[in-house]
Amino acid sequence: MMRFMLLFSRQGKLRLQKWYTATAERDKKKMVRELMQVVLARKPKMSSFLEWRDLKIVYKRYASLYFCCAVEEQDNELITLEVIHRFVELLDKYFGSVCELDIIFNFEKAYFILDEFLIGGEIQDTSKKSVLKAIEQADLLQEEDESPRSVLEEMGLA
Amino acid sequence: MPAPIRLRELIRTIRTARTQAEEREMIQKECAAIRSSFREEDNTYRCRNVAKLLYMHMLGYPAHFGQLECLKLIASQKFTDKRIGYLGAMLLLDERQDVHLLMTNCIKNDLNHSTQYVQGLALCTLGCMGSSEMCRDLAGEVEKLLKTSNSYLRKKAALCAVHVIRKVPELMEMFLPATKNLLSEKNHGVLHTSVVLLTEMCERSPDMLLHFRKLVPQLVRILKNLIMSGYSPEHDVSGISDPFLQVRILRLLRILGRSDDDSSEAMNDILAQVATNTETSKNVGNAILYETVLTIMDIKSESGLRVLAINILGRFLLNNDKNIRYVALTSLLKTVQTDHNAVQRHRSTIVDCLKDLDVSIKRRAMELSFALVNGNNIRGMMKELLYFLDSCDPEFKADCASGVFLAAEKYAPSKRWHIDTIMRVLTTAGSYVRDDSVPNLIQLITNSVEMHAYTVQRLYKALLDDISQQPLVQVSSWCIGEYGDLLVSGQCEEEEPIQVTEDEVLDVLEGLLVSNLSTPVTRGYSLTAIMKLSTRFSSVNRIKKVVSIYGSSIDVELQQRAVEYNALFKKYDHMRPALLERMPIMEKTASNGPTEIMQTNGETEPSVPDTKHLPLVTQPANQANDLLDLLGGNDVMPVIQTTLPTKPASAGGELLDLLGDLSLTGGPTVVPAPAPSVPVSQPPFLLDGLSSQPLFNDTSAAIPPMTAYSKNGLKIEFTFERANPNPNIAVITIHATNTTEADMTEFVFQAAVPKTFQLQLLSPSSNIVPALNQGSVTQVIRVLNPQKQQLRMRVKLTYTHKGSPVQDLAEVNNFPPQSWQ
Repeated sequence: MMRFMLLFSRQGKLRLQKWYTATAERDKKKMVRELMQVVLARKPKMSSFLEWRDLKIVYKRYASLYFCCAVEEQDNELITLEVIHRFVELLDKYFGSVCELDIIFNFEKAYFILDEFLIGGEIQDTSKKSVLKAIEQADLLQEEDESPRSVLEEMGLA
Repeated sequence: MPAPIRLRELIRTIRTARTQAEEREMIQKECAAIRSSFREEDNTYRCRNVAKLLYMHMLGYPAHFGQLECLKLIASQKFTDKRIGYLGAMLLLDERQDVHLLMTNCIKNDLNHSTQYVQGLALCTLGCMGSSEMCRDLAGEVEKLLKTSNSYLRKKAALCAVHVIRKVPELMEMFLPATKNLLSEKNHGVLHTSVVLLTEMCERSPDMLLHFRKLVPQLVRILKNLIMSGYSPEHDVSGISDPFLQVRILRLLRILGRSDDDSSEAMNDILAQVATNTETSKNVGNAILYETVLTIMDIKSESGLRVLAINILGRFLLNNDKNIRYVALTSLLKTVQTDHNAVQRHRSTIVDCLKDLDVSIKRRAMELSFALVNGNNIRGMMKELLYFLDSCDPEFKADCASGVFLAAEKYAPSKRWHIDTIMRVLTTAGSYVRDDSVPNLIQLITNSVEMHAYTVQRLYKALLDDISQQPLVQVSSWCIGEYGDLLVSGQCEEEEPIQVTEDEVLDVLEGLLVSNLSTPVTRGYSLTAIMKLSTRFSSVNRIKKVVSIYGSSIDVELQQRAVEYNALFKKYDHMRPALLERMPIMEKTASNGPTEIMQTNGETEPSVPDTKHLPLVTQPANQANDLLDLLGGNDVMPVIQTTLPTKPASAGGELLDLLGDLSLTGGPTVVPAPAPSVPVSQPPFLLDGLSSQPLFNDTSAAIPPMTAYSKNGLKIEFTFERANPNPNIAVITIHATNTTEADMTEFVFQAAVPKTFQLQLLSPSSNIVPALNQGSVTQVIRVLNPQKQQLRMRVKLTYTHKGSPVQDLAEVNNFPPQSWQ
């Protein structure tokens, strides 16, 4: 299973962190720092896989963002690369040519998309269409929530 | 109070901060505002505030005061609130937090909510970070949802169930009924998550595994449909239909087919089909092939399929994509033990990977290369590996050096090659070799008698070049101490002898003593070496002077040595020659078989185990290697290959059970005693650490010889001597003669003594007892008898006579009293 996923920039700024095991805050920070250092030190020609502690790290760089997953010994690294790619495709479809700024300013949406794609480190749905549809519907629900309120507010009845 | 600023605005503001301090200030200000907003129990903006808090948390700032707010959001009726609330819970409220359990009720309600997206939120949260208590409380709800016809919820419930099982394995049973028709679903999401759930259950419970084995045909069918079906836009990835599902099914098949012939057979065809038909131009295809290879290698597949799998890996090795190469090397490493010959075919490609730029690939290539070294390719491989050792990163050097030593010991084609290889390692990676290599190398050098002159000359030359690498320096000083006389004599067969004077040698050794580069251990080595030269060189006065200087050294170890050596010059000068004599050939006392298995990784410390009855003594034997194979301990103890029987084929892993048959399992329970770390520079059992010569003609009274054994034409006589400095040691020489007409070949003499004694067997003169008393085999036994008990011995003799093997056990009790009193 995937233990955690990190998104961070070339400058070492964390953009997203999803942990699928209970870890102390202090340890999380330490691991993130360490891992960022290791991954950022890698040269472009190196493989996308490395061993770190007792885990396998699969990472890929998309423009200015590093997508980094930690998987266990028995997991298939090559398919993990595909999982990362699928997530990027979902973000891309949702935001329309996604860039780092989209993820910075809409980080909660990035999380929502991730949570619709993976649960407990495993894929929920292998259909891009299906995942995006669910997000779309949930967003609609959110809008329905908000619009009545603002109307009432406008009328001063909230 | 003005409305709290919006999330995006805050983000924008914080990003304008030019320094860390400025950012911190902004954040603190905002946190204060948020805190007061929370205090006011403002429902309208709680969601916005928590979202901002989550952003600041991601930047690394504390956000714990938002935990309760998340709970309130989750409890709200608004979907927006719930969305952020659950996100906050997943980020801030893991099971280590006290308030974590307060979520349980909310989640329970939301699991039964009328809106599936709310149910989805609850399932997702529970499935990502639910604690064991929460899982226990809510497992029932999850199970219910697992049976729903709503595929959106069903797929999430399946993954939630996986998490529950991971947290509380005992609850697994509960989900069993719901799994009944999971695989008949058409929805790929449900299919995928169901396969994950089934995999988890099968991995955790052998009963479940047995139960689900019957699903193999169905899984095979699903996989087949995926491959054969036409283009399905919804699940297509680069022309392959739902690779994620394919990979998961392959993984489940692996678990189901493991150690089961029938299941393995049922999947043979589909595996072959996937292996041959999958497109390899993109990563997706290779991901599926990779999983297929893993499955083929793990189940009971037929040999054709296995060869297919290894060939796929071989093709992977040639792929331009680094990732593929990496994965291939990893898999080959796993299979090299079982399919050794198939992997050997790809050896040259693997060796090329040593030159790869990627560190992980290099490491794997190195490990694989060592696994592939054998007697046939040792020279070529070693050349590559030594070149690698020269140029690799420091993190590899220690492992590589150890690997080289091990391989060299196992497969060295000649003594000289072996020593040259060791020298190469010491000079290129000298500071990285492990500590135990020094004693091992010393032993190796000691036992290569004809190479002594060559070795000491080369080591001396290496010392002249570089004294910074401690292991090299230590081995060199030891050798110079032992064989300094050969060095100055200017005799060397293997190469051009160098002209060295005694003073030059002493200069070098003294240089080591004063150099800042030398560690205390190294200094100890060189002082001892200097001392030993006092019996080999003529410049004794110079040595006396050096030794006396160090009598007042600050280093306690050095001081002690110097003082004792001084004493040797003064009061005990008559003993000095004997004490400092050349070391004899050393034996490693091997341990009992099962103990060996427990100490793997080329553990080279000899251990002396206690058995129930008698301590065991080993003897170099040709059977040693066979036994090693039977026990599967290939790299358990380095076996020094020798051809001459006068050199001990240092036995590793021989199992000697003199009480019965050679039982490889069970037998007398062996309790491995803590291995007394044997200082290899001194032969074991010489507890006084003095004499190194086996035969001592000293002032003890002559002890009458005795016939220990006489049967079937084989007669064994014991002659005795008492070692003078230590009256507890009896030195027995056995003389074996043969009165029959045929030679007794492969003659092996083994002995065991009661617990209170200790025994040491030196190497025999030969292992052929010639016929008709034409000669004899002699062998020296040393027995330590500190309690002065009556000496008893049990002997075991094995030999081949007229083509048939003969084995005999006997007790020897008639020892003359003078031998043990």
